[in-house]
Amino acid sequence: MPLILPLLLAVLLFCIGVYGVLARRNAITLLMSFELMLNAVNLNLVAFDAWRLDGLATGQTLAVFVITLAAAEIGLGLAIVLLLFRGHGHVDADAARDLVEQDATEQRKGAAT
Amino acid sequence: MTTALFCVAGAVAVVASVIVVTSRRIVHAALWLVVALGAVAGCFGALHAEFVALVQILVYVGAIVVLVLFALMLTKAPTNPLPTLTSGRSPFAAAIAAALALLLGTGVVLAFGNEKVDPVPDGSAEAVGTAVFKTWVLPFEVLSVLLLAALIGAIALSQRKKED
Repeated sequence: MPLILPLLLAVLLFCIGVYGVLARRNAITLLMSFELMLNAVNLNLVAFDAWRLDGLATGQTLAVFVITLAAAEIGLGLAIVLLLFRGHGHVDADAARDLVEQDATEQRKGAAT
Repeated sequence: MTTALFCVAGAVAVVASVIVVTSRRIVHAALWLVVALGAVAGCFGALHAEFVALVQILVYVGAIVVLVLFALMLTKAPTNPLPTLTSGRSPFAAAIAAALALLLGTGVVLAFGNEKVDPVPDGSAEAVGTAVFKTWVLPFEVLSVLLLAALIGAIALSQRKKED
């Protein structure tokens, strides 16, 4: 099998993920696009592992590690999305422009006066 | 044989991913994500990385997509088509993604255009497990600490404040 085949597939998947991250508005669809990009990285790792065959299974081990990282990332990401939904009533990433929680700023103003 | 299998799985993955990022029904997008991730698992299998393929199906399809579906239900995601799901800047985003694909694809073709890979069966759970516990023990342990930190972080984030 030519090595270029998995690499080109990874490039395509990554760019589809980039399109999703840039074009989507719902925060959960953003997270789904992140998963597509991480999958492209995994595909690269496994393809280069099959190419190099260094006897340590480096690429496959790192791919398993990346899958674990993706699980941690989606757990935290969905917790943040649920927090956003609880605070604002929507999960629109374009409309979430606050960098601070509202009540925290009010408390700080109250403490200053 | 493996090349043909890889091509079929790769084509399915690309088509399913395109539907994931363009579908107007958000639940359909989440379900097409299952197809995309499963097809990528098939690509791993064609590269003789059976253990990674199995972990992919177990963790991605079994856990991550289920989490995403849970989050969709908890955020009261509508099941009818939403035209506003893709923002107005999608042509711009498509241009950026196409330019990136052209750049990366050219680079990959120039760098690895003539390389061949013949996957040998070394992706069993035994081989990967030996590598993890012989060579990659420290990253493995660091990863378990990171998972614990992510767990505690998720609990801390989703806790309600006392005043509420």
